[in-house]
Amino acid sequence: MKQFITFVKKEFAHVLRDKKTLFILFGMPVMQILIFGFALTNEIKNSQLVIIDNSHDVATQQIITRIEASRYFETEKTMMDAHEMESAFQEGNIKMALVFPANFNETLLHENKAQIQVIADATDPNTANMLSNYVSSIIGDYQQDLNKTMEVPYRIIPEIRMLYNPQLKGAPNFVPGVMALVLMLVCVMMTAISIVKEKETGTMEVLLVSPFKPVLVILSKAVPYLFLSLVNVISILLLSVFALDLPINGSLLLLFAESTLFIVVCLALGIFISIKTDSQQVAMLISLMGMLLPTMLFSGFMFPIENMPMPLQVISNLVPSKWYYIIVKSIMIKGLGFSAIWKETLVLVAMTLFLFGISIKNFKIRLA
Amino acid sequence: MKETVISTSALTKRFGDFVAVNEISFDVYKGEVFGFLGANGAGKTTAMRMLCGLSIPSSGNASIAGFDVYRQTEDIKKHIGYMSQKFSLYEDLTVLENIRFFGGIYGLSNQQLRLKAEELIEQLGLQKETKKLVGSLPLGWKQKLSFSVAVIHQPKIVFLDEPTGGVDPVTRRQFWDLIYQAADNGVTVFVTTHYMDEAEYCGRVSIMVDGKIEALDTPGNLKKQFGSDSMDDVFYKLARGAKRGE
Repeated sequence: MKQFITFVKKEFAHVLRDKKTLFILFGMPVMQILIFGFALTNEIKNSQLVIIDNSHDVATQQIITRIEASRYFETEKTMMDAHEMESAFQEGNIKMALVFPANFNETLLHENKAQIQVIADATDPNTANMLSNYVSSIIGDYQQDLNKTMEVPYRIIPEIRMLYNPQLKGAPNFVPGVMALVLMLVCVMMTAISIVKEKETGTMEVLLVSPFKPVLVILSKAVPYLFLSLVNVISILLLSVFALDLPINGSLLLLFAESTLFIVVCLALGIFISIKTDSQQVAMLISLMGMLLPTMLFSGFMFPIENMPMPLQVISNLVPSKWYYIIVKSIMIKGLGFSAIWKETLVLVAMTLFLFGISIKNFKIRLA
Repeated sequence: MKETVISTSALTKRFGDFVAVNEISFDVYKGEVFGFLGANGAGKTTAMRMLCGLSIPSSGNASIAGFDVYRQTEDIKKHIGYMSQKFSLYEDLTVLENIRFFGGIYGLSNQQLRLKAEELIEQLGLQKETKKLVGSLPLGWKQKLSFSVAVIHQPKIVFLDEPTGGVDPVTRRQFWDLIYQAADNGVTVFVTTHYMDEAEYCGRVSIMVDGKIEALDTPGNLKKQFGSDSMDDVFYKLARGAKRGE
């Protein structure tokens, strides 16, 4: 045991002495959360919208007020003809135009229907779609309010509730993703590199000749990264609660327990890679290509797995981050308990056992 | 009566059809400096790995410090020291930290560690460098430190795998002074080398060719036996016949 502590101390010395790596390790999660939170957002805010009101009556005023109140748009009321509007679109100054025909209110009252022209810049189809949906729903709201005062025989009013994330914020989606990504990176890559480094510099040989048990060599290398990763989990959670206003709905303890499990899976993976490789570069490449990419692609945090072809969906099951992503989302966002995620937990446990099993087997073969 | 610390008989290691080490038999005595020579690929490293308990022999017998290489590898590890050609120190740790670490994994107590560390640092004249990172030391010092660390737990035998690669003759000479010092204290030194002048420093020398030990005697007797005036020539005469190589 004393030897084990000596060894772990040494590992901490390695990690803490390398200031650059340390900075990257702790800085990376912070950077990622901030980048994903504030730069790479797919929410649409403050889009330029021009309103051309040819009617100037009560109805148009009311609709315009509602649109102006929405945080999605930056509105501007002007008069322009079709040509001017087209050049404004071409220059990219506006994303959307709303044209009220003359006598809007009168037509509405007398003919019971009126038309509004909504023109959107569809060079980015997603944005155009979302913007036109926003406008339609604002107009729909107005229409409903009008109808309250009138007698209409049949009405179907869909009442939409966005569960767990009513404001449709991006953070609930990417915070669990970033957690999976960062832990994967720190644990798999750093563990793999630190073990392979001992092989490269020849110190592994000396350790193997010493009475210190080889299995303990490997385990003690994993300990510092377990701690570092837990620190990262804490910093990500603090940032998401205080900087992104994302509350943790479920049990914090459960979240930490599951995170520790995921970290252990990643460490096992790192250990396995290190046993199979002999140079730091190879270890790094494998961890990056083999772990980081699948985490981005197959965890469901960037691309929905349900939309993938069947073979890829099957492959996605082999990626540990996918299961962790589901777990974190369930606990953090949906506030669910262990009974909801025991299956995912079981998968991670099985992965850990499998990885440790083949690592130990392969390690022994190398010694023989 | 000389005390035998390494004893092998018909020790063999096969990898499939390839016989890396072919029935080698020899004895090494306490306090001896034993040179283990051979061309690249002759099987030195494989033989040494078996003696260190890192590799299980295919057949034959060997006992190291009185322990059996098949069943008592853990005991062997406690009683031997090892230094590889890469010096095997942690470059990003300080001199003192390296000493403490290697002493620590051999289970030295804190007090023993403190005493040993002081003694070592004084012996090597590294008083001013204890807080320096090993990476910043000159090669010769790293080498000496590496050797001292390999014998920090006072092993019965220390295995040195080409310990003097890449350093100048003066530093090599100083390194050999350390080796003699250890041998005088009763540590048996088992050393592989490519430098034939170093072979002359050894008490006895064995030369491996193609997995077999072709010659084993004192440098003086070997020179007589092969009618040569230098170990270089003896080695050349033997190794020339080798079929294996790199």
